[in-house]
Amino acid sequence: MIDDHTFWLVTFALGLGTYLIRFSFLGLLGGRQLPDWLLTHLRYVGVAVLPALVTPMILWPASLNGSFDPLRMIAALAALLAGARLGVIWAIGVGMGSLWTLQFFFS
Amino acid sequence: MSENRSPASRAAFWRGFRDCSPFVVIVIPFSTLFGVAARDAGLDLFQVVAMSAIVIAGAAQFTALSLLQDGAPVFVVLLASLAVNMRMAMYSAALVPHLGKASLRLRMLMAYVMVDQTYAVSVQTYEAEPQMPLDEKVSYYFGCIIVVCIPWYLCTFLGALLGQAIPVSLSPDFAVPICFIALFAPMLHSLPHLVAAGVSVLAAVLFSGLPWNFGLIVAALLAMLAGAQVEFWQIRRRTRTQTVVAPLD
Repeated sequence: MIDDHTFWLVTFALGLGTYLIRFSFLGLLGGRQLPDWLLTHLRYVGVAVLPALVTPMILWPASLNGSFDPLRMIAALAALLAGARLGVIWAIGVGMGSLWTLQFFFS
Repeated sequence: MSENRSPASRAAFWRGFRDCSPFVVIVIPFSTLFGVAARDAGLDLFQVVAMSAIVIAGAAQFTALSLLQDGAPVFVVLLASLAVNMRMAMYSAALVPHLGKASLRLRMLMAYVMVDQTYAVSVQTYEAEPQMPLDEKVSYYFGCIIVVCIPWYLCTFLGALLGQAIPVSLSPDFAVPICFIALFAPMLHSLPHLVAAGVSVLAAVLFSGLPWNFGLIVAALLAMLAGAQVEFWQIRRRTRTQTVVAPLD
């Protein structure tokens, strides 16, 4: 359960922070460029943050009290493959679909 | 947005609308899933919609939500979800040459609705047609926005409404990691990206014992360094071969 106070604090701070990130260059810095080395690192933010976030959710799902479930592992790998080969929408479809199929047969 | 403007700029608005419309296929399930997951986490209807309207950034919202559920401290929640949004600084920088001369009021509005799809589609069009006048570029941008943002708000709401109706046997909580996978899987198109993702997973496991979800921050920093280093190495290798063989282009 997420308490109300924490929720609103996070929502407003995240909203403000995100807005400032979006506004940053377009709004304040005019035509000035970021240094190249920084841009190079920023290119990898997505693939650096998201996999680290997903890993514990797959290995130790909270809804199963942190116990490993091979079906979720297989479904996640299937989603990853579908996403890399075919795109976003396929990852969602294949991921959820394969978990449901596996659960139907194996549990 | 397009009223009392020139016909050309109105046409640009609808062109942006059309060019961005395929992404509805992604926005609808993604925002619906956010609504479902947020209700699953115990937020009420108003909170879910408010979060989507205030933040409009799916990946960051999912990040914040799952860390809040883990009971991570507020600064860790913010650090991690803002890190997810740092890519938008690049979008902001990339839009400057095209939209930087618009009025401050417009730029403030354009910043609020800056998302992955609208950035990608509009910059692609601007680069293909550098002679496009500013007011048409602005109209085009808003055409892109409307078709992405309206479904975003609506479907978060619908997902939150539906949320409670989805049975636990369908594992709705699994939708959260699946959405993240759907977001980063298509980015794995080059060696540095693959290495960064690999380091990210490994480090997440190795540092999972750290308190306050610090493992996530450590893993993300290591993965960014790894990705950038591989890219630098590739550039060095390429320039070395180019000094021997004449550059192809």
